[in-house]
Amino acid sequence: MIPLYWWLIVAAALFCIGLYGVLSRRNAIGVLMGIELMLNAVNVNLVAFWRYITPQAMTGQVFAIFVITVAAAEAAVGLAIIIAAYRRRDTVVVDDMDIMRW
Amino acid sequence: MEFIFYLVPLIPILPLLAFAAVVLFTHRNNRLSSNIVIGATVLSTLISWLVVLATISGGESVQAGGWNLSIPWLPTGSTTLNIGFMVDGFTAAMLFMVPFVCLMIFIYSQGYMKLGQPNQDPRYARFFAYMALFAGGMLLLVVANNLLLLFIAWELMGLCSYLLIGFWSFRDRDHEEHIDHAQVGRARAAALKAFITTRIGDVLLFAGMALLYSYTGTLIFRDIFRPETLESLQSIRLLGMPAVTLIALLIFGGAVGKSAQFPLHVWLPDAMEGPTPVSALIHAATMVAAGVYLVARTLPLFIAGFAGVDAPALYWVAIIGAITAFFGATIGLAQDDIKRVLAYSTISQLGYMMMALGLGGLVAGIFHLLTHAFFKALLFLGSGSVIHGMEHGHHAAPSEQEKGHFNPNDIKTMGGLRHKMPRTFLPYMAGTAALIGFPIITAGFWSKDEILAEAFHLWQETGGLSLPFWVWLAGTLGAFITALYMGRQTALVFWGQPRHAAAEHAHESPPSMTVPLAILAVFAIIGGYFNAPFLGSLLHHFMGEVHEASEVVSSAAVPFQPVVALVSSLMAILGFALGWAIYRNYRLGEVEPFQRWLGPVFTLLRNKYYVDELYHLIIIRPVVWLANQAFNFDSRWVVDPLVNLMGAVGRLASSFSLSFDQVAVDAGMVEGTAKAFNAFGGWLRQTQTGRAQNYLLVVAVTVLLLVGLYLYL
Amino acid sequence: MPISQIVQIVVFVVLTAMTLGGGLGVVLGRNLFHNALFMVLSFAGVVGYYALLDAGFLAGVQLLIYIGAIAILILFAIMLSRGIMGRQRQSNQQWWIAALVALLIFVVLGVVLWQVEWPVADQQALSSPSVAISQLGMELMGPYAIPFEVASILLLAALVGAVILAREMPE
Repeated sequence: MIPLYWWLIVAAALFCIGLYGVLSRRNAIGVLMGIELMLNAVNVNLVAFWRYITPQAMTGQVFAIFVITVAAAEAAVGLAIIIAAYRRRDTVVVDDMDIMRW
Repeated sequence: MEFIFYLVPLIPILPLLAFAAVVLFTHRNNRLSSNIVIGATVLSTLISWLVVLATISGGESVQAGGWNLSIPWLPTGSTTLNIGFMVDGFTAAMLFMVPFVCLMIFIYSQGYMKLGQPNQDPRYARFFAYMALFAGGMLLLVVANNLLLLFIAWELMGLCSYLLIGFWSFRDRDHEEHIDHAQVGRARAAALKAFITTRIGDVLLFAGMALLYSYTGTLIFRDIFRPETLESLQSIRLLGMPAVTLIALLIFGGAVGKSAQFPLHVWLPDAMEGPTPVSALIHAATMVAAGVYLVARTLPLFIAGFAGVDAPALYWVAIIGAITAFFGATIGLAQDDIKRVLAYSTISQLGYMMMALGLGGLVAGIFHLLTHAFFKALLFLGSGSVIHGMEHGHHAAPSEQEKGHFNPNDIKTMGGLRHKMPRTFLPYMAGTAALIGFPIITAGFWSKDEILAEAFHLWQETGGLSLPFWVWLAGTLGAFITALYMGRQTALVFWGQPRHAAAEHAHESPPSMTVPLAILAVFAIIGGYFNAPFLGSLLHHFMGEVHEASEVVSSAAVPFQPVVALVSSLMAILGFALGWAIYRNYRLGEVEPFQRWLGPVFTLLRNKYYVDELYHLIIIRPVVWLANQAFNFDSRWVVDPLVNLMGAVGRLASSFSLSFDQVAVDAGMVEGTAKAFNAFGGWLRQTQTGRAQNYLLVVAVTVLLLVGLYLYL
Repeated sequence: MPISQIVQIVVFVVLTAMTLGGGLGVVLGRNLFHNALFMVLSFAGVVGYYALLDAGFLAGVQLLIYIGAIAILILFAIMLSRGIMGRQRQSNQQWWIAALVALLIFVVLGVVLWQVEWPVADQQALSSPSVAISQLGMELMGPYAIPFEVASILLLAALVGAVILAREMPE
């Protein structure tokens, strides 16, 4: 079998790539894609742990399913917000949405 | 009759109440004000005369020891100063004269201050208020039973004298069309001169009182004059003489000031700047007589310890009196102002009184005081009437020849007034006759004669060129000169032809002025009889035993001396005739006869022996210089610069403080703090970019740091 | 090494290349559409991961939901907001710090994960994982019934919210 550690490393790498995307993309949808990557990384982590630590129980998978559910909901709502903001501001650049600036 | 004496306190209090009433309530109503004052004086006069009657009927006991009313007044440590009232023969004699003369003068003042006329004096009510205050003061002096109350009354009269002499130094600008500023200045100066000169005397008097009190613990006459007290005072020696003599001399100092004796006589002639009733009351009849009264009252102090009249204190009294009597008269010869002649006459006559007291002639001196009050008041009031007549004449026919100021008092511009003002002329001559001592029929003759008789009698006893001789000589020569100057004055005023348009148009004064003249004239004539030797020398009996209790002074009447009487009569008639004859035909503009004959001596007399100039040189200028030094020390050189320096230092310190406060505190700490925080906040808020990615980055970095930290620990 | 082992490793490496490469393709690059497509590639790689991990149901779910729904949604959103970014750059000002931070986090995670003693199950359990979908279903309906319901409510809320948020406001 592939050592657990490799799976964890991969998940961590994916997570960090997603983090980079969240932190540095100017387009709002780009940020959302970064978030999806991070959620995927988390899922991979969960499933890896399930497989190697408690393969008898289904808890890991259940958790992963819920994560997917929430990710879906969140993606829908996030995109709705982006659409609304785009309609109002005529921009999807995150940098321009700074009303909360000092 | 005893109960009458309990009304004695009312005698001074009534005029004082009148003063208060006028000042507080009625000063706007002129007629009411003078009526209140006159009313109070009438009451005082009545009560006084009742007291006199009571004293007469009370006999020896009252006349000698007197009636007393005393209250404890001033607690001073373990002792208490008592003050109160007393009545004895002496007091009664004074009480007979004082309120009555005051009354005559007050009635006269109504006319003099032009009540009801268009040019009524604007400060009429105030005048009467002051006069009432003065009358209260004099009456208080006379009934006081102790030196302190006497001194209080003394000072009160001094104040009134100042106010009244300077009465015309205050002019009501709203009510008078043209104000004579020269007169204002003169009046002010005269008032100040009077006050300051008498002040010198007052200080001496107070020193004497203080000394007396410190040794005896009392100021009540009856207690001071006890033989034991006098003996104890004799035994203490101060400055080379018995304490009692020093005290007497100090007290005499007060009298010298108040009674205008040489050398403190300089204020009295200047005091003529005041209205004539003031001159009459204060400077003829009463206030100046207060000094004589004081010496008479305290005579035992002068004599204590010595035999008869050999006391040094008494010597000085006689000497000063004689000098004053003679030299005062000589100055009167050369004066042109009608009131000034009378002023120097007063000085001279006061000298006579002091002379008499100085020879131990208590009764003689007081007798002359009483008669002098009547005839001198008469003369002053008469001169006031003359002055009024001249003023009327001046207004009626102002002359073209008058450029500049017209002086209604100048006798050289008068003349022939006996026709124009008969009702003034006759009483005036009565007064003149009394003053010069016209034999037999005038009061002045009897009183002056008594003084000269005393002196002569003593001379007989002591022989040679002793003090009594000089006194008698001074008195006799003085009588001659008195008659001379009165002859000159009356000739220039009443006889001859009018020498000026004002005299031509002069007219008589109203009855309110001439009636008191007439009444006083009666007294000037008959007033002498009650102490004439051939009528029993009543006054001697009356007050002869006043100082009996002190076993020091005994005033038995001196027997009548025909020689003396003859000589003094001769002096009087001769002198008057001479003066009258010489000046009867004087014409305005000529050099007057005395000046022609006496030349430089006359100039000396006219300038009052240059005493005023001397005082100015040796006293006033140094004092003023000293005052200036003190002023400079205070305002220019030392004190004020020092104060200003302190102020400047304070200001400098405070300006530093201000700078520090403004810069360091306000700008620095306060504002600086604010600015620092502001800057910091301004810098810090830049972290609030409003961008979620920035916030997220911070979170990520923080997590990293925390994890890193955790890993190391 | 048995052949299965080698095959597993090879497959793993390929899948890793797909996933991570796709991930990199998402976050780098200018063209937004290309980024979305790379995301699909990444999701596909994850599907392979699930399969390799014996989580068959999850692989299917991943495929259906992520690739079939979410990725499509994102593509639609991209198309609806097309053209406004144009030629502007896609990375913001802080990209280099972000890269650094991300790298550091990866390093830290790597270090930490290496040091932990994972309580790996014993050989026998490992070789027989419970893959029955029925067991998954039983779990969902049983012990995790409430989270299940909550999740459905969440979905409902998201549905409603999305509709409301994105509707055209009447002018």
